[in-house]
Amino acid sequence: MRNRSLRLSRWTRVALGLFGLTIFFGIWGAGSITGLASSTFLPDPLSVIGRLLKLVDSPYAGHTLLEHLTASLFRYGAGLALAIVVGLPLGLLMGWFRLIDDIVTPMFDGLRFIAPLAWVPFAALWFGSSLGGPVLVIFTGAFPPVLIGAYRGARLIDPQLVEAARMLGTPHRRMLTEILLPDAVPSIVSGLRVAAGLGWQSLIGAELIVVSSGIGYMMVQAQAAVSTRTVMAGIIAVGLVGTAVDLLLRLGEGAVRRRFGVAGPSK
Amino acid sequence: MPGRRGIVAVLTLTVLIVLWVWATGPGGIISPVRFPSPSLVWEALAQISTVGFGGATLPVHIVTSVALVVEGFLIASGTGTALGLAMGWDRRLAAIINPVFQLLRPIPPLAWIPLVILWLGLGDSAKILVIWFAAFVPAVINTETGIRDIPEHLIEAAYMLGTPRWRLLWRIVIPAALPTIFTGLRLSLQASWTTLVAAELVGSFYGLGHVLNEAQQSIYPGMIFVGMAAVGLFGWLTTLLLAIVESRVLAWHPSVRELVSA
Repeated sequence: MRNRSLRLSRWTRVALGLFGLTIFFGIWGAGSITGLASSTFLPDPLSVIGRLLKLVDSPYAGHTLLEHLTASLFRYGAGLALAIVVGLPLGLLMGWFRLIDDIVTPMFDGLRFIAPLAWVPFAALWFGSSLGGPVLVIFTGAFPPVLIGAYRGARLIDPQLVEAARMLGTPHRRMLTEILLPDAVPSIVSGLRVAAGLGWQSLIGAELIVVSSGIGYMMVQAQAAVSTRTVMAGIIAVGLVGTAVDLLLRLGEGAVRRRFGVAGPSK
Repeated sequence: MPGRRGIVAVLTLTVLIVLWVWATGPGGIISPVRFPSPSLVWEALAQISTVGFGGATLPVHIVTSVALVVEGFLIASGTGTALGLAMGWDRRLAAIINPVFQLLRPIPPLAWIPLVILWLGLGDSAKILVIWFAAFVPAVINTETGIRDIPEHLIEAAYMLGTPRWRLLWRIVIPAALPTIFTGLRLSLQASWTTLVAAELVGSFYGLGHVLNEAQQSIYPGMIFVGMAAVGLFGWLTTLLLAIVESRVLAWHPSVRELVSA
């Protein structure tokens, strides 16, 4: 148990980390190069990287990797934007007007336990499978955290501030834009980060099922063609883009928190 | 005596149901090809309960999905909690595993589905592996955090009193980390449902995702509705079950009181 509070020097940490990565890639590489695992089951790391680089400019399943990613990111942006446009004001209003809270909460609770991907059939039926359908699926994944973040933010506001503003006769609209919104910002931003992650995940799911372009579609096609290398290259691409999106949001979160006087991005 | 909240909730649901009946029936605003009327939902429910749909009756699909979620969840949270314990326990182990973990973590669990199908096909083991990818991570992270955040003085005190190692683990470390561990378990359970439904939609022989897929292929809105309702209902029931377990296990902990009242 002493090891729990063990302080490791930075170099020890780096060395141990490299050791871990070496084991990981060592097992992977050894398994595939020695032929212990067949290359359709486990292609070696280098051939996966090679595949990834090749996909960047040579088309697979109709498009190059960059074209697939562009299609995916476009849907993703649209779905996330819709979740923010609907979820943010609704969450704030729920935090502010009790009646709206009382009306929306039962509906929200009723729908909350339906996994986002279960919306795929209706989404495809209502809005088609190219843009509208996937956008709805991304929306169902990203909407709850946006709403909850805004709602929590609105409820966390200093009651004395509200009291003071009320006493001075501030109208509802100005209360919302000038007191609630700025005070709720940190909570809203954390909600957005969760939403971005869940939205990206829902997008991949939607593309695996209904779409005819995008990174998820490319992976399904590769799976049908038993091209394990391409599937793995797709997984890496998805991970990289997800990381980039999260990094951007983290930078944005830090900037917003500094602007509104709250220290540092949350973990 | 129901409070104001309860009354508004009942009113809201009544209005929604009336709107639904009216818009899909006499109002004629929503075409039955887009969204089913209550009677069409009832027909679909009757069909899947008696004749069956997508190769089996509703109970078979439900049992298939719920069993997979529970198995996947138990395996993932068991292994995840164990690894989290070990990582929280020993910083050196954490330092070895963390980079690999950080490397794989940004990959959305659903992205593993095509690879897992290549590895294991469309059977139960494939579904459990996909769930494992999704539910393992929250269990590890929250368990590790829970153990890291135990106040140092608790452990120092136990040491000073000469508490043996295993007793320390069972009586102090695990109980102190349990609230955080349960936070992870709730996330894991949610992730299990999301990935299972997705995996079943991509390819399966039975299960609620399979019902949804078949209903989509044959443009059968009533059946889509039944499938979604079943996913929501059983997602809710399993979450409720976990909450009951949590309140039993953590009965001594002050946070449970908040949880019960919330």
